[in-house]
Amino acid sequence: MANAARTDTAATRAEPESGRAEAAPKPHAPETAEAPVPLFETLSGIPVRPLYTPEDVKPGLEERLGKPGQFPFTRGLHPEMYRTRIWTMRQFAGFGTAEHTNQRFHYLLAQGMTGLSTAFDMPTLMGYDADHAMALGEVGREGVAISSLEDMEILFRGIPLDQVTTSMTINAPAIVLLAMYVAIAEKQGIPPKKLGGTVQADMLKEFIAQKEWICPPRPSVKICVDMIEWCAEHMPRWNSISISGYHIREAGATAVQELAFTIADGIGYVEECLKRGMDVDAFAQRLSFFWDVHNDFFEEIAKFRAGRRIWAKLMRDRFQAKNPRSWMLRTHAQTAGVSLTAQQPLNNVARVAIQALAAVLGGTQSLHTNSMDETLALPTEEAATVALRTQQIIAHETGVANVVDPFGGSYFLEALTDRMEEEAMEYLRRIDGMGGIIQAVEQGFPQKEIADSAYRFQMQVEEGRRIIVGVNRFGGEEEVSIPVLKIDPEIERRQIERVRAVRARRDAARWERAMGDLRDACMSDKNLVPFVLDAVRAYATLGEISDVFREAYGVYREPAVF
Amino acid sequence: MSLVENGAPGADALLDEIYGARPPAPRVGITGPPGAGKSTLVAEMALLLRRQGRRLGVIAVDPTSPYTGGAILGDRVRMSELSTDPGVFIRSMATRGSLGGLAARTEELCELLSAWGSDLTLIETVGVGQSELDVAQAADTTVVVLTPESGDAIQSLKAGLMEIADIFVVNKADHAGADQLAAGIRSALGLRPPAPWRPPIVKTIATGRQGIEELNEAIEKHRAHLGDPGVSEGLRREKIRARLKNAVRERLLEGAWERKGLGALLDRAADQVLHGTISPYRAARDLIERMTDHGERSPN
Amino acid sequence: MARKIRVLVGKAGLDGHDRGAKVVASAMRDAGFEVIYTGLHQTPEMIVQAAIQEDVDAVALSILSGAHMTLFPRVLALMREKGIGDVLLTGGGIIPKEDMTALKQAGVGELFGPGTPTTAIIDYIRSVSREKRSAQAGSAR
Repeated sequence: MANAARTDTAATRAEPESGRAEAAPKPHAPETAEAPVPLFETLSGIPVRPLYTPEDVKPGLEERLGKPGQFPFTRGLHPEMYRTRIWTMRQFAGFGTAEHTNQRFHYLLAQGMTGLSTAFDMPTLMGYDADHAMALGEVGREGVAISSLEDMEILFRGIPLDQVTTSMTINAPAIVLLAMYVAIAEKQGIPPKKLGGTVQADMLKEFIAQKEWICPPRPSVKICVDMIEWCAEHMPRWNSISISGYHIREAGATAVQELAFTIADGIGYVEECLKRGMDVDAFAQRLSFFWDVHNDFFEEIAKFRAGRRIWAKLMRDRFQAKNPRSWMLRTHAQTAGVSLTAQQPLNNVARVAIQALAAVLGGTQSLHTNSMDETLALPTEEAATVALRTQQIIAHETGVANVVDPFGGSYFLEALTDRMEEEAMEYLRRIDGMGGIIQAVEQGFPQKEIADSAYRFQMQVEEGRRIIVGVNRFGGEEEVSIPVLKIDPEIERRQIERVRAVRARRDAARWERAMGDLRDACMSDKNLVPFVLDAVRAYATLGEISDVFREAYGVYREPAVF
Repeated sequence: MSLVENGAPGADALLDEIYGARPPAPRVGITGPPGAGKSTLVAEMALLLRRQGRRLGVIAVDPTSPYTGGAILGDRVRMSELSTDPGVFIRSMATRGSLGGLAARTEELCELLSAWGSDLTLIETVGVGQSELDVAQAADTTVVVLTPESGDAIQSLKAGLMEIADIFVVNKADHAGADQLAAGIRSALGLRPPAPWRPPIVKTIATGRQGIEELNEAIEKHRAHLGDPGVSEGLRREKIRARLKNAVRERLLEGAWERKGLGALLDRAADQVLHGTISPYRAARDLIERMTDHGERSPN
Repeated sequence: MARKIRVLVGKAGLDGHDRGAKVVASAMRDAGFEVIYTGLHQTPEMIVQAAIQEDVDAVALSILSGAHMTLFPRVLALMREKGIGDVLLTGGGIIPKEDMTALKQAGVGELFGPGTPTTAIIDYIRSVSREKRSAQAGSAR
């Protein structure tokens, strides 16, 4: 591809009819050789016009918009949004042993971070102790290793749990981590009802996208519902689930698919809770969401707005929730990891800043900004600091936090918001037609849609139709040396020792009893949270509890969906 | 195995050598429309047979893309647990243009698996539904897997699948419509002339590991039925006849186009037909003459 | 018919991010390869057993979890132990350049980081296969 021959100046770009940048004329060159046709569409494939006028917005906008803080919440969840309180700056952190992460927590809190967010290592995420064969080489790499309550105690040492909010990004063994958090708070003398935070615990998106599972879909969802139920009663300040679009998007979904499948998951959980006889207003307020924020600036803002509107309508009209707080889609957001490039990593600072801005303009409740070096390894302290500063600059220097939904009323944005809502609703209808999201997942429907989108995107990139700066355009041969965080392999050895020591030291009789009770409870349809609580108090390890689930419910093997 | 799969030099000599060295492993074909749960069923059957201590061969066939010639062979995913079991040999095959649900050399690979020591070989087909007929020829017992969702398949059960099934499986039997499907199959079977073997209908929930033992029993029963001397000789001759035809056809055509000059002749013939100089049938006859002129095309 | 190139594509260890592996597998299919996709959570033993049974030309592993310095060498050692040490071991994921160099020195093939076009991996496997086959043909006389 003789791209070097192409002059990409503003003059050639402005060609009205051709829409193609002119190639330097080459004798006998085939017509299709040079410039690929640029894509005038959003990342979801929604075509975009050069100009939007009032004609592009369907009548009835005022009703569709409402006011911020009122149904359907298109413009935001609160009347004054960030004027009253800036979004929570919640930077994901976690690696190595609990001591390391505890240090990073203290550092970030001192730098002005306002909420804790914990990343766990792969073995923990998958329900394995550090000394399990499957954990080999993976302990402490992608996050902090937590095998027992002792690790948890160290992780939060010196942190007053009634004064911070903590988000734990954990899914398959989330019930164990939740129980551990409650147990260590107990030791600090803090009752569960004072604890604020979130546990991700969204298994449906695991089967769709992230693929960190233990048991098959139905029992996994049952455990999620157990947590929602228990927290509704005992932890009113706690978000018992973070219904996530982030991972669905990272796996290759378009923004529309992210919107649709995430909300479909939400519908799934609500239905399961209602089947159990819960009153929708008893738990709906503590369902929280988690969006990705990708590069297509206006599409992302539209997605946030469409998401709030769709959810509000569903909760009020389909599920008959009476309390307006039940209609509110509260969300955390994270800038798109998948959009970061390993080539020219400094460029990522710019990407993250723009994405973060979109999330703020979209009205997020909390935000994590990625570090520039994350395509290469876990972030260094310096890179993590820049990411945090990015948010602080947006919050305090740009003025965007002073006005709610400043883009509201833009012909383009409203047309795009409406369009995304329509397309998402189309997917939701299809999924309803399949019998709901659990069925759709078992049939591989969202997985296939995502695999197709991922493939399509990659082909667009390889054809040069989607430009990624520094990768397929404006590349350079320069090797930028960014200091990369290395995980000390000693960590694995120490963690293995520690978990073995915990098993040896604990009260065996108490452990035996608690495990037996848990095993029995799994065979019933009792809520498992109290039983897991007893087990963690008895210093049962995460792997041991997960093994009980494996025994009781089976281990999941996915179908290969292409 | 690749040697045999590719029909490479030495393949047939090898097959000759191993043929009959061990009693041939019975072959069970698993077919049915996509989404019926064939893969899960095969995985569950394999686990059951392993628990019984039998050595197992599994051939999983997936379609080759007609445009690119490539294929994604993903059936091993469901059988991950068996991946390190030395008593199981799993081989994935792409159809490479074959249209009957199996790859051209599936039978040859079954022979190799017998030689390896397989007590039973499971053959999982592509699963397009209507065109899954090759399996009836390659397998001793053909299991057709349906689900309540393939309800409309009852219409397509008129021919093809109905006739090749030695055993019917109604998988996802916990889904609505399972009983109706079973009833539909039963009545369709009832319309057939009486035969010495009446295909049983086994209900399974593969993902819940239910019905697998019953399926296995049905397969055993069918095997016993085949072993019955009155039955077996006629049937076996039929199958052998079909297999011989297959083997001959494969070897006749294999490599024919690449043989020197024939590729170019084909191109020229295509041009002639395109320009209306000759009819395609005339062109075909000419090509055949040329082929046979080029001497023996029987392999090595 | 030119012999098909068979490649095993799988994910070793606990990492569940299969977007890249699936996209690469699809691209390989579109390039005419037969891709034996083994899915997630594969142990080195599972990978090597599959590679043997499927008689592949290359094993391509996707590892994004940082565990590559443990997993690649394990797979390589097993491949050698079981007699398929001459089969190409390649792959990609989140692997710093220094580690790629170290692994290459140990006998692993080229590794491909984020942003690599699928064509690069495909061309690489194709050229290595071709070389191996002509070497085999040469020595088979």
